[in-house]
Amino acid sequence: MAKERDLRSYMNNNYPKTSERVPDGVVKVGDPLFKGWQAIGYGRYLVGALIMLAIPILIDPEIIPALEGVDSPIPFIQGGFGIRVLVVTGIWILLALGLSVVVGMAGLLDLGYVAFFMLGAYTTAFMTPSGGADQFHIVEWPNVAALPFAVLVCVLAGIALGIPTLRLRGDYLAIVTLGFHEIVRQTANNLTITNGSRGIPGIERPDVGLPLSLGGVNTEFGVLSSHTYWMFLLVPAIILAVIMIRHLEDSRVGRYWTAIREDEVAASAMGVPVVKMKVLAFAIGASTSGVAGWIFAGYATFISPNNFPLLYSILILAAVVIGGLGSISGAVLGAILVTGLPEVVREASGGQTIFGFDPETGRIAIFGFLLVVVMIFRPGGLLAPRRRRIELSEASAAEGVIIDESAQPSKDELEYAASIHEDAQRKEGD
Amino acid sequence: MAALLKVDHVTMQFGGLRALGDVNFEINEGEIFGLIGPNGAGKTTLFNCVTGVYSPSEGQVDFSGQPITGKRPDQIVSIGICRTFQQIRLFPNMTALENVIVGADARHKTSIFGAILRSPRRKREELEAEETALDLLDFCGIKRYANDLGRNLSYGDQRRLEIARALATKPKLVLLDEPAAGMNPVEKNGLRDLVRKIRDNGTTVLLIEHDMKVVMGLSDRVAVLDHGEVIAEGLPEQVQSNPKVIEAYLGSGAGGTAGGPATGEPPTDDPIAAPTQGEK
Repeated sequence: MAKERDLRSYMNNNYPKTSERVPDGVVKVGDPLFKGWQAIGYGRYLVGALIMLAIPILIDPEIIPALEGVDSPIPFIQGGFGIRVLVVTGIWILLALGLSVVVGMAGLLDLGYVAFFMLGAYTTAFMTPSGGADQFHIVEWPNVAALPFAVLVCVLAGIALGIPTLRLRGDYLAIVTLGFHEIVRQTANNLTITNGSRGIPGIERPDVGLPLSLGGVNTEFGVLSSHTYWMFLLVPAIILAVIMIRHLEDSRVGRYWTAIREDEVAASAMGVPVVKMKVLAFAIGASTSGVAGWIFAGYATFISPNNFPLLYSILILAAVVIGGLGSISGAVLGAILVTGLPEVVREASGGQTIFGFDPETGRIAIFGFLLVVVMIFRPGGLLAPRRRRIELSEASAAEGVIIDESAQPSKDELEYAASIHEDAQRKEGD
Repeated sequence: MAALLKVDHVTMQFGGLRALGDVNFEINEGEIFGLIGPNGAGKTTLFNCVTGVYSPSEGQVDFSGQPITGKRPDQIVSIGICRTFQQIRLFPNMTALENVIVGADARHKTSIFGAILRSPRRKREELEAEETALDLLDFCGIKRYANDLGRNLSYGDQRRLEIARALATKPKLVLLDEPAAGMNPVEKNGLRDLVRKIRDNGTTVLLIEHDMKVVMGLSDRVAVLDHGEVIAEGLPEQVQSNPKVIEAYLGSGAGGTAGGPATGEPPTDDPIAAPTQGEK
């Protein structure tokens, strides 16, 4: 600990600010939101736990018996519909987080990300009792037992897709992933075990045990049926995904991903196992969509290939780009905008058209417009990671470096200046 | 002295083009070995064969007695060979410090689980990497730019940063591909001191360079490559007066006049090597 502090203070004292655009004393370029978070210290775990508990209660105070009859303070979400939107938003946040690793951090354009989501959902359906029809499942395990398998299948699929394709770059990879999505979807459309396009009905919901059944008025015994209770799964899952990705980003793995994104040839010459790291990015990205797929299958209780259209792959990508490529908080915000906002607009409009647009059918058009506006005014995304912000602000900033006048030249800087002077004199003497 | 790197009958064929034909030489531990030759002679191709970018069509490369032919670039880095590029290839949007830390990471072993769970090893290695990187930036004389983005450094400092990044992988042999290209005379002087310092710290250096003053002043031994073949090898003075070398550089007409013409600047400079990244 002490050593780290020494190094940081050394950094702060010995590096004059040569440019206002590069923040003082910064060693690593990461996500700004986490700086304050880190500052809380170990108390952050307590804060995290409180947030996890508070969100479901804020959404539906009635899950606490004492608060029966109290409405949620959050507008738009009273009643089942609003909560349903929140659950879907939560699922999309998980998806956007995974995709932000693949696209934002490792720089691999994946246009078929929803295929992993679909694999997670179908794995869950195959492993749990569903709809009374035997042919739609392989084993009849409780829903919760399917979670590790849903994640595992997604990770393996990520690796299986990654190993042959990640030698490709840029556009080619995008086409292959696009194809992968269609392959998975069409396979599900045509197999008996998936019931083709009719889908698998009656998937069992997760039974997460006694605690959640204690106060509920609208829950079956211990089974997650109330929409609100899904928040007890979603919020921790999102927080765990954020922590996982954040820790990866701030380690050798994250630096390797950045290096690959910046210059693949140089990265490999510096000892970065490029293909391995790319496959790893795919696998990590797929893992959160495995969790999302598991939650979705249990939540919707019915899945069919039509739940996973190609458009969703594009929309999640749009969420990640709008939020800010490579930014964790951006991915969360982007997912909220993509799923939550259109519903809020729809609810607020009360079925009315806005500027001739029916928010229900026109939401994609509105969305496209929003995307264009964001890209023009904030090309790095709404919550661009600091690295991108520096990049973009420098691209548009005036020429010339802003020198911090107050900073005194350091000792080695003076020595260097002297050596240059000497060199120049030596040169003249030649 | 033991041969650290042994290039053994290496041939590199690209379709009908023979970029390297039966190249042989050995580099001893602790020396600065210069590799010169006119443009298109195959110098960079040879670098690529040694560092695993290409796998030679024939022949093999041994490092410390172990064959390294056919290994991936990242494996070769972990064996102890690292390189710089003729055209600067930094990670432009990472800070100078981060650039070097990526190099230092090659020596680290934090697994993905260690990274997610913040293992003690991760912490130790992160601190170690930062310290190593700062030391190396200092060693290369660019410590004051630690927090500046790679692409904001001046051209000469970018070259130094590339060298620092390569040294961070703790190589036994470092391959410098035209480190002085595009540098002004003052920067070239500084670079010469730096390369000597690298050697004095126990790292063997293989140097491709067009600037005769730099390469002849620095190298313990020199090999000359022309049309993919080694036409001369030996001490700098011997090579300079070798008629075949003079012919390769100045054309056949000058072949008879032995002496010092090859000591000057080469007739042409590689246009690609000229500074292209910014005007700073």
